[in-house]
Amino acid sequence: MRVYLDNAATTAMDERVIEAMLPYMKDHYGNPSSVHSHGREVRTAIERSRKKVAELLNAAPSEIFFTSGGTEADNTALVCGIATHGIQHAISSPIEHHAVLHTLESCAKKGQVKLSLLDVNQKGDLDLDQLETLLKTHPNSLVSLMHANNEIGNINDLDQIGQLCREYGAFFHSDTVQTIGHYRHDLKSLPVDSIVAGGHKFHGPKGSGFLYVDKAKKIHPFIYGGAQERNMRGGTENVIGIIGIAKALELAYEDMDGHRKHIEQLKLHFIHALQNHIPGIAFNGQSGDLEKSLYTVLNVSLPPSEENSGMLLFNLDLNGISASGGSACSSGASVGSHVLRALKSDPHRDSVRFSFSRFNTLEEVNYTVEKLKELYPVQV
Amino acid sequence: MNYPLYFDHNATTPCDPKVLEAMVPWFTTHFGNASSSSHPYGWMAEEAVESARESVAHLIGAKAKEVIFTSGATEAINLALKGLLSQADPIKNEIITLQTEHRAVLDTCKALDQTGVKVTYLPVEKNGLLKLDQLEAAIGPQTLIVAIMYANNETGVIQPISSIARLAKEKGVFFLSDGVQAAGKIPVSVHDSGIDLMPLSAHKMYGPKGVGVLFVNQKTIGSKLHPQIVGGGQERGLRSGTLNVPGIVGFGQAAVLAAQSMSEESKRLKSLRDKFEIALLELPGVSRNGTDAHRLPHVTNLAFEGVQGTDFLKHLNAKIAVSSGSACSSISEKPSHVLKVMGLHDALALASVRFAMGRFTEDDHVDQALAHVKAVLKKLRDSGN
Repeated sequence: MRVYLDNAATTAMDERVIEAMLPYMKDHYGNPSSVHSHGREVRTAIERSRKKVAELLNAAPSEIFFTSGGTEADNTALVCGIATHGIQHAISSPIEHHAVLHTLESCAKKGQVKLSLLDVNQKGDLDLDQLETLLKTHPNSLVSLMHANNEIGNINDLDQIGQLCREYGAFFHSDTVQTIGHYRHDLKSLPVDSIVAGGHKFHGPKGSGFLYVDKAKKIHPFIYGGAQERNMRGGTENVIGIIGIAKALELAYEDMDGHRKHIEQLKLHFIHALQNHIPGIAFNGQSGDLEKSLYTVLNVSLPPSEENSGMLLFNLDLNGISASGGSACSSGASVGSHVLRALKSDPHRDSVRFSFSRFNTLEEVNYTVEKLKELYPVQV
Repeated sequence: MNYPLYFDHNATTPCDPKVLEAMVPWFTTHFGNASSSSHPYGWMAEEAVESARESVAHLIGAKAKEVIFTSGATEAINLALKGLLSQADPIKNEIITLQTEHRAVLDTCKALDQTGVKVTYLPVEKNGLLKLDQLEAAIGPQTLIVAIMYANNETGVIQPISSIARLAKEKGVFFLSDGVQAAGKIPVSVHDSGIDLMPLSAHKMYGPKGVGVLFVNQKTIGSKLHPQIVGGGQERGLRSGTLNVPGIVGFGQAAVLAAQSMSEESKRLKSLRDKFEIALLELPGVSRNGTDAHRLPHVTNLAFEGVQGTDFLKHLNAKIAVSSGSACSSISEKPSHVLKVMGLHDALALASVRFAMGRFTEDDHVDQALAHVKAVLKKLRDSGN
């Protein structure tokens, strides 16, 4: 049996998404900037996709910019948000994705901003009083706090953070890569200035993403070289990617509650089974709390074990289970998870992130529990 | 949708069915994140990416580790220019480029210009070629980069790349050459030519849109390039973001196909192009833009006197998809900046058309296109338009 529980890293594409993309690889291959019908047909399809995305998020089509993915979108919002709005101070947290953290660090290194990172407690909770204090002392700040953490699943209250930012006139960017397509976002009421998405996190294609920027907080382009995306992003559009991400979002919204219910049941079942069968098990961050974490992520902290120390992911893989130690982007590095480090997690315990999608089954979860039981036999 | 015959292969090319076939499994079964190091979904994806990297490297005579995947050539150009400038000695802050470059280079230069970078735009001669002694005179102690495209997207004119590279080397400046239109069409060998940086695009060589490459010469550039998109540290830290695995696989396959078919295909296209061009040049008031001797085999850019440009194009586009300039600026209905630099007046530049044949263009298509162009030309000229 092969079980894929690394859906926070990437998801399998929905067949209907591929189906929607294929005609644009076969028949409709024109360059959307071409004035002839090959081009115009494709241009229409792109704008239809933009409208669809905007509708689902309750934004204006002119506020949606297609990018090559979440990382480019994060870089665009942060680098250009800072430059456009003359921002000199940025506030973030040590458990942000590297797409945000490294971008802000790079801006700080170049002397463009001073960077303040909020404290997090052992559960990964942010201190919003500290945020308010910083906002008070640094007017015209940029705040970048993710909607939900990709490793431990902690969900931030975007409404509350956004209200604070509005109150103190800060630019509020949120990395929403883990929640777009899994949670509803109403951008008319949500007090955010920019958010981002990566298509492959919700059964869409890799290489596709988008950036939403509130029309009241326009920013300069990040990639120059053509009038595409209304002069915001030069380069021939990734047509199939754009078609794909819009279709994926549409499918996600079609039955979001159903998907959520299914996945929540899997997660809850998994939590209970692990608690019942593996003594000393714990969950990193808030991931064990269904109310406070992504329903798609469970970060498990296993008791110290000689057999599995440093080998847990390897042992899981031998048993056909694909999971990860943290963010895929840094999983190749031996430095470990910067998120778990920030939470001061016990280095003697092995941690593994299981992340689910609507394609996972109860059978797969049970199989995984069985294998974990074998790897962590109860001492008698 | 009944499309007109496609003669706009410099704007984009259809995806080769073999490319699509190679990509599909990476959409369906092998969906892993190439950075996932703890399970086979990730390993498979990573292997596929590395194999594609080899294929693209092979096409341009580079080493695999010199190939950095991006979302397209435009991003690659941004990375190259901004990336070199941000790490360079502050005294060296000049880019020398051509007035006939693609907008991807010109717009990036313009944006850099506003941040204090000095940009020198050199003209070209009537035939589209740059004058080497003019370039030599322009390079000064301030110059960091010479950015000159391999082959022009509108006229197909091929610049004297090896001579430019030699000159750049002598003067100690970096040489970026936009290889988007040349790679996969004519033999390109970055090391033999002495190129330091070369952006490429898959969709110009029968691969998918949304994937490109920056060739980074290991010896001459090495670590002098500063990343522009940061995050997870993919592509050896030079370009972060989850890799577009199917797109990259598609680029790899497109490179393999291009390398296999190039010598035959360029001959075939040249004969189609020549037949088409000769037939039209026989008509009064039709002339070629750009040199005949140094240009891509599949492109011709022709100027038609006695017709109004936008009207002419509209009529042509009813049956054949062509453009009067680069797709990226075609919406503007402004005369081509390239042709203007080559000395054409506005009206003639607007009445110039780029015909670019491709892998799926057949002899019969050329005949149909010829008949249509002739008919439209006659009709418009007769009506005194």
